[in-house]
Amino acid sequence: MEPVKHHTGLVYPLNRSNIDTDQIIPKQFLKRIERQGFGQFLFYNWRYDNEGNPKQNFSLNDPAYEGASILVAGENFGCGSSREHAPWALQDFGFKVIIAPSFADIFYNNCVKNGILPVQLPEEQTSELVKKAESGNYNLSADLKNQVVYDDTGFEASFEIVNYLKEMLLNGWDEIAVTLTHQDKIDAFEQAQEKTTSI
Amino acid sequence: MPKGVTHMATPKTIIDKIWEQHVVHQEENKPDLLYIDLQLVHEVTSPQAFEGLRMKGRSVRRPDRTFATMDHNVPTVARHIINDPVSKKQMETLQKNCEEFNVPLADIDHPDQGIVHVIGPELGLTQPGKTIVCGDSHTSTHGAFGALAFGIGTSEVEHVLATQTLWQARPKSMNVKVNGQLNPAVTAKDLILAIIAKFGVKFGTGYVVEYTGEAIRNLTMEERMTVCNMSIEAGARAGLISPDATTFDYLKGRRHVPEGEAFEKAVDYWSSLASDEGAAYDATVEIAADEVEPQVTWGTNPSMCIPVSGHVPAPEDGHSAADKEEIERALEYMGLEANQPISSVTVDHVFIGSCTNSRLSDLRRAAKVVEGKKVHPSVKAMVVPGSQTVKKAAEAEGLDKTFTDAGFEWREAGCSMCLAMNDDIVPPGERCASTSNRNFEGRQGNEARTHLVAPEMAAAAAVEGRFVDVRSYLTAPV
Repeated sequence: MEPVKHHTGLVYPLNRSNIDTDQIIPKQFLKRIERQGFGQFLFYNWRYDNEGNPKQNFSLNDPAYEGASILVAGENFGCGSSREHAPWALQDFGFKVIIAPSFADIFYNNCVKNGILPVQLPEEQTSELVKKAESGNYNLSADLKNQVVYDDTGFEASFEIVNYLKEMLLNGWDEIAVTLTHQDKIDAFEQAQEKTTSI
Repeated sequence: MPKGVTHMATPKTIIDKIWEQHVVHQEENKPDLLYIDLQLVHEVTSPQAFEGLRMKGRSVRRPDRTFATMDHNVPTVARHIINDPVSKKQMETLQKNCEEFNVPLADIDHPDQGIVHVIGPELGLTQPGKTIVCGDSHTSTHGAFGALAFGIGTSEVEHVLATQTLWQARPKSMNVKVNGQLNPAVTAKDLILAIIAKFGVKFGTGYVVEYTGEAIRNLTMEERMTVCNMSIEAGARAGLISPDATTFDYLKGRRHVPEGEAFEKAVDYWSSLASDEGAAYDATVEIAADEVEPQVTWGTNPSMCIPVSGHVPAPEDGHSAADKEEIERALEYMGLEANQPISSVTVDHVFIGSCTNSRLSDLRRAAKVVEGKKVHPSVKAMVVPGSQTVKKAAEAEGLDKTFTDAGFEWREAGCSMCLAMNDDIVPPGERCASTSNRNFEGRQGNEARTHLVAPEMAAAAAVEGRFVDVRSYLTAPV
């Protein structure tokens, strides 16, 4: 995983609550066996009509948001299915930071494992960001080390992130390699477990 | 402790007990390294995980604690005609990966094949006190046995394959207490839908939920699985029920369950896991079981749900601007009018199946409703048993004949129209009464409209061509 430290980019606002992973990437695109190439299917049913033509009324199709890399959305973002294809699609499309008042647990974890920074901010602040971003020309910066997002017109908001996940993002750890350094403990756990009736 | 003073242990929840028994390693400022007893695997969320192992030259640590099947993609008719080459490749990839890494697999031809959350319990792989994961959010189903079971992403699937562990922050605990008893013909599905309607789609986020109370104790194992299955629809990664005699009776004699003396010892251990009297939870919510009526979802998430006697809400009913907008969007997507009685809504499709409601008792209850009747001429109805084992057992009782005589299609086991990854798709604009777990936009097909219901409600909708209260229907058929 590539380390994530600091990112500045164009903000795309998607002001809806409870955006589930079926919307982020519909099931017909989960059949591929690779991790790459899912960006073209992001929000597919919102972006395209039944003939595969872009829907004019869906704002992600607006050229003003071309190249957006920060997504601001409503509460409970990423609820539903555990499909990691959702962060793969967001990342492949170009999103590096996702800001929302709240996230679904599995999705949040999946983001971190893929080097996407999920930023949880109070609703007043996400609403403010949505308003600013609706102009189509709004850039924001996210600084993971200092746990803060800011723009150049005075907006600044700090956010919480569990230290372990922060370190993982900052260092781009291979988590499995880290865990395998504890292999002796896993062996010992298994030996002890086999002696009891717990399995 | 001074001599002669008996130590009173702090009462613990089942969540605490299972957690503490599975911590491999703890250090400051880090989540716990938690041992995983069982990983279930399916074709959709595993190929990238196996590929990850291959790229780093890693192996599967415990193939004997891993079990794979094919469910999401499999055709439910013409089993071996897989029209989509990408689907075909995904299934072949699972086959190849299981061979290469020695993982047991119930493939499409195997008598144990079925929906991963149906076959785990069926085979007795699911047991109280186990930590169970799967790259599938409905892994919460296995919590019905008093297991700590939760869905994970593909990176975590790879992590468990390689290490049999996961780094997990200790979750908060919530007691969802269901007081009193359910009324006759009100089901576990109605109960869990009513809970989500009452408390919302994210009340469980960050928690492991334990369902307690008289109504929960009275549920059969298959009903408990229906309740725990939909925990994730309330945001809870895991939902569980303390094991009791109902649990042990279900498990006895299943293939992977210990026998004889070992079973008795296992029962002693399993019994010790139940939450202690007076154990503290981080949060508690309560609901009265006798308030619950048969439910029908009207909108595009599972909390958008009303009793069958109710009316679809209007945007004005929303508590905030965002709420109002959400209701308006959902009404538009669902093609419904504000304040319309849900019983006036006609359906084009009926789907009885999914990891929520495709077990033998679900099929029996639905069959009872359709027995001697005909599917409404404007409805296309199908039953998709949760596993080959369920299918065989249902056929032995003649349930298949009851359904096909009524005009239902009787299919092979799989996830099918719950998420429509195979060819079982609801066409755009059409409406489906479904016993599955998600009514999200496009879930059953692009622009398809899903209403979640219990199996008997789905069966009644198939016959009537619209939603009816199955209770009056059962006593006085139209």
